Amino acid sequence: MKLTLKIWRQENATTKGKLVTYELSDLSPDTSFLEMLDVLNEQLAAKGEPAVEFDHDCREGICGQCSLVINGKAHGPEEHYTTCQTHLRSFSDGDTITIEPFRANSFPVIRDLKVDRSSMDRIIQAGGYISSFTGMSPEANSIPIHHDIAESAFDSAACIGCGACVATCKNSSAALFVSAKIGHLAKLPQGQVERNERVQWMVNAHDDEGFGSCSNTGACAMVCPQEVQLLDITRMNFEYNRSKCVSK
Amino acid sequence: MALNAKIPEGPLKDKWQNYLAKTRIVNPANRKKLDIIVVGGGLAGGGAAASLAELGYNVKVFFFQDSARRSHSVAAQGGVNAAKNYKNDGDNVYRMFYDTIKGGDFRSREANVYRMAEVSADLIDHMVAQGVPFGREYGGYLSNRSFGGVLVSRTFYARGQSGQQLLLATYQAMMKQIKVGKLTQYNRHEILDIVIVNGKARGVIARNLNTGEIERHSAHAVVFGTGGFGKIFYLSTLAMNSNGSANWRAHKKGAYFANPSWTQIHPTALPQSGEHQSKLTLMSESLRNDGRIWVPKNKDEQRAPGEIPEEERDYYLERRYPAFGNLVPRDVASRAAKERMDAGHGVGALKNAVYLDFKTAIEKLGEDTIKERYGNLFTMYEKITAINAYKEPMKISPAAHFSMGGLWVDYELQTTIPGLFAVGEANFADHGANRLGANSLLQASVDGNFILPNTISNYLSDDIRTGPVSTDTPEFDEAEKDVKDQVAKLLAIKGTMPVDQIHRRLGKIMFKEVAMSRNEKGMIWAIEEIKKLRKEFWENAAIPGNENGPNSELEKAGRLADYLEIAELMAVDALDRKESCGAHFREDYQTAEGEAMRDDKNYMYSSAWEWQNGENWKLHKEPLEFTEVTPTVRSYK
Repeated sequence: MKLTLKIWRQENATTKGKLVTYELSDLSPDTSFLEMLDVLNEQLAAKGEPAVEFDHDCREGICGQCSLVINGKAHGPEEHYTTCQTHLRSFSDGDTITIEPFRANSFPVIRDLKVDRSSMDRIIQAGGYISSFTGMSPEANSIPIHHDIAESAFDSAACIGCGACVATCKNSSAALFVSAKIGHLAKLPQGQVERNERVQWMVNAHDDEGFGSCSNTGACAMVCPQEVQLLDITRMNFEYNRSKCVSK
Repeated sequence: MALNAKIPEGPLKDKWQNYLAKTRIVNPANRKKLDIIVVGGGLAGGGAAASLAELGYNVKVFFFQDSARRSHSVAAQGGVNAAKNYKNDGDNVYRMFYDTIKGGDFRSREANVYRMAEVSADLIDHMVAQGVPFGREYGGYLSNRSFGGVLVSRTFYARGQSGQQLLLATYQAMMKQIKVGKLTQYNRHEILDIVIVNGKARGVIARNLNTGEIERHSAHAVVFGTGGFGKIFYLSTLAMNSNGSANWRAHKKGAYFANPSWTQIHPTALPQSGEHQSKLTLMSESLRNDGRIWVPKNKDEQRAPGEIPEEERDYYLERRYPAFGNLVPRDVASRAAKERMDAGHGVGALKNAVYLDFKTAIEKLGEDTIKERYGNLFTMYEKITAINAYKEPMKISPAAHFSMGGLWVDYELQTTIPGLFAVGEANFADHGANRLGANSLLQASVDGNFILPNTISNYLSDDIRTGPVSTDTPEFDEAEKDVKDQVAKLLAIKGTMPVDQIHRRLGKIMFKEVAMSRNEKGMIWAIEEIKKLRKEFWENAAIPGNENGPNSELEKAGRLADYLEIAELMAVDALDRKESCGAHFREDYQTAEGEAMRDDKNYMYSSAWEWQNGENWKLHKEPLEFTEVTPTVRSYK
């Protein structure tokens, strides 16, 4: 396959970026999208030119480190894929592909396609945990949990924290990300003790980090690689209101 | 330096309790005077960081990812073992210990393995309390499944994302400690050297991967939870940025490296499909609970798998190992696959795969049950290969996976550098010559959460009067200079050969001669090839850009420079051990049936290698003494 790539190059968060065009040929449709960028970087290296910087690690869709907006879509053309799972067979010979970073005010560009997502870490720091320290836990089977509740908690807990929901949202809201963690912990009996504080702390931290408000368009759930459900956002709103009503 | 494993007194089952009863601990009021650096934010490093911070120490944790939630523990699929005996199937601590010792082909340290089994149940309690959504039965109690090399069901799982769920619990515990101010995290930082002051590990030199700055950080002790170095094979199940550099730099400062050549080659990864491939995605071993492995009986079979009748299929694991069938340990399964592929029965375009077939299980249990058990794995498989594995068998192939070898540690998990500890895959002690499935998450987690926090206090109790460790010393000056010199040296090469291409060539040498099957001639050849490639790297590597700011090619080059040295030690280690054990299969030492032939008389030891200024390595032997088990020929027939 032959492809024309228009790639966002930007030195750092304070400089202006621009799209730069590169041509690649002799690509196999079985090559993954990130392997295509490896090929490009090898060609650049051989010419002594700096690599296109992009984030990636596990390359099997679970670590959440890869990002990229491909032809305007977070994680590329296939629904519920990560960029690393995207292969060139999803494109046609001769295509022009535009590659940009995940864009949001809360995700400053580090260089080129790499962005800083530590704002998401800080939301988890605000309350996305259960305060059970090593050594203090009861016997595991002393907390029976209905099979369906455990499965439902898993559905929320599956979030990989990639930030595609934010990159897709017209408001740059992280509502799906925040609600996934709130949903995971609120569904489980272990999460009940800190339930009220958690939702308030996390929602406040989300707003403090500069993420936008949710207007329920559902674009986030369409791109989420783990198919976290829009219902989690509804539940988060319920949890938030509930916490206001039942606070001590 | 003579090796002292510091194994506590008493019968095996009492050793850990005896240790805890007698070890020195640090007064809670003094812990806040002590700083600990943890390298790695995965289950081992992250678990240690969170648990040490909970105890009241000041902890700094470093990792190269943008968030600790992305550490490669995240990718473990199948589950975590624990001797809970919830299934009433005869499991207990001793059985789990025995399975692990036997699985490791009697090449691990008895006391460490027993301790891992002993604290395994606590880990499940801990993880459930943290909110890990483990699979449940309809009555609400925890569910279990089986893994290779055992006859009981002791594996706890969260669909096919068990590692992710355990890691998120650990990550969340870390985030809580950051919030309360006991833990500081340094993301996108790579550790390039360890600083030794008066013979003790007192700090690290880190490179900030965002700015390129070289930073000094000091502490009273350093803990490595740096993972494995299987990426040395280039094609592996590891993450792209997983590396062996911190361990290697510590090795060059005096940490012995143990059993470096023992790499687990996982039998069920996706096969390579082309030259530009960067990664061999793992398909969890748990699939072997319900999937059956086979190849066509005919060589050069052209028919699609569904058209090959039952009697023309060779279910070779069931044929060769009727007792364990498809659930033989990984080393056995990988070698058996290699044997069939070498004999010309491989499937796929490159003839480099075998079938993993769910037809029987789907007929028996229904597609819904299979979907609930492995749904995400089937989805992942389809995303990568565009094949629906509910309809046709998966194609799988052996791939480099886990480093059983690593930094030599004593019972306290301390390396041969006082004050440097190693936890999880970074150390060597628990898995012997072959790791059992679902023991990796276990070892990483118990090392970090339950063992290290209880052993490091013995060391730190000498430091309660030391006061803060200064970074303004000649030792830090020198270490920082070494790191800066190396960065400058790499950038000065200005060659034409991209780093990944050199790495691929190294991977081919290693996978050919220092992987599943080894012989003397091949390894001597490999050592020469590695040396040539190392020379070529330093003369002709193409590393563009500069040291100020992000430079992924520079990062890769630094790691490859170390791999090119680790590779040689791996070959040296494999050459030295003239026996077969576990994953270390020497063609010149096998039984008539092609099984591994151990030599307990001459090789009942762990090899711990001491760096000697790049000239050669000095071998130290830690004898393995078995008091509770009698090493037998490992049979899964």
